Amino acid sequence: MKRFKDTEHLIRLAAVMVIAVIAFVVLRTALVPRSFGEYGHYRGAAIGETAARPVAFAGHQTCEACHTDVVDVKKQGKHVVVACEACHGAQAKHAEDPGSVQPKKLDTAVVCARCHEANSAKPSGFPQVVTADHAGGLACDSCHKPHRPKIETETEVKK
Amino acid sequence: MDITRRRLLVLLPAAAVAWKYVLAGTPEASPNYKLTDHWWGMLLDITKCIGCGTCVRACAEENDVPDGYYRTWVERYHVTDWHIERPEVESPDGGKHGYLHEAAEGGKNFFVPKLCNHCVESPCTQVCPVGATFITPDGVVLVDKTYCLGCRYCIQACPYGCRSLNPKTKTAEKCSLCYHRITKGLTTACCEVCPTGARQLADLKDPKDPIHEFLRTHSIQVLKPYMATGAKVFYNGMDGSVR
Repeated sequence: MKRFKDTEHLIRLAAVMVIAVIAFVVLRTALVPRSFGEYGHYRGAAIGETAARPVAFAGHQTCEACHTDVVDVKKQGKHVVVACEACHGAQAKHAEDPGSVQPKKLDTAVVCARCHEANSAKPSGFPQVVTADHAGGLACDSCHKPHRPKIETETEVKK
Repeated sequence: MDITRRRLLVLLPAAAVAWKYVLAGTPEASPNYKLTDHWWGMLLDITKCIGCGTCVRACAEENDVPDGYYRTWVERYHVTDWHIERPEVESPDGGKHGYLHEAAEGGKNFFVPKLCNHCVESPCTQVCPVGATFITPDGVVLVDKTYCLGCRYCIQACPYGCRSLNPKTKTAEKCSLCYHRITKGLTTACCEVCPTGARQLADLKDPKDPIHEFLRTHSIQVLKPYMATGAKVFYNGMDGSVR
């Protein structure tokens, strides 16, 4: 007994559906990046791309490899904890090509004040001055040497 | 060159294959870095912060952050006596140039540096409709610029206001915890330059990291703990008025 006399429209519908499924699978494979879903619902390769960016700050270890004289001076003073690039700015380019890329000379009136200008919001133990009263218009580095800021008395120098 | 039907049929699959390689991206840059060996966070010590803004400047320089936008910034709080719920907060230009003007008199004043908290249950990741924001296996919340639509959902979702829309690329912008540095064994730009050690990068999976000792021996807070975001930026010495 033949229940369905006319089946052609069903076959056509099935064919359309099969083509649609195949098209979906092909398009999805082509358009979704290979690394999508590697670690989660995102493109795994994005992690590597973010990590591949170049650095701007070389890091104090890099500076210290060449500037050993400054390291020795800094060791004697309180600024030993301050990284080179905190004041001198990003120097990765200088580290790569020390000959042609030179760091700019710093303006101590700006650089010192950022940290040491007196402010009641700063921790009370941190050394602070009101620049206008303290220096009398003199540049900070006319008395304090930035790498070793303490001003030595004569006896201390003799030691 | 005339585009004939035949030529177009050859070119289209070729373009599709090329596009696939574009999407595949570059391989990982640090071969010795293992994603599963780390779990990054940061320690911010309010008792040491002097509000010099060196971190803000370093961040902008390291990450090409446009002027007027901040991936990290420093706030100055002014809290009068018992008005703990109404602090006066200022952050001129994100504190980028330090605080040379004196704080308001009376009460107490202190600095609070802020940045992305790299939340474990980060709201920004959860709302991203396309998977452009994600948390890496080593616990850093990143943005995939090539996937971001610029819909700004994440900016609304972040309870800490740590996200912005890059005016040039029109994609979401945020602190990447200097992912390009920490995967190379360096610390973040902000932690590198912080002159007082108020900011310290922490690897919570590294048993030798001094963070563990510090967390055990100090009273630590995170921002907005009631949001249950799983923030990994830990604050020491933070006043209850900090929002």
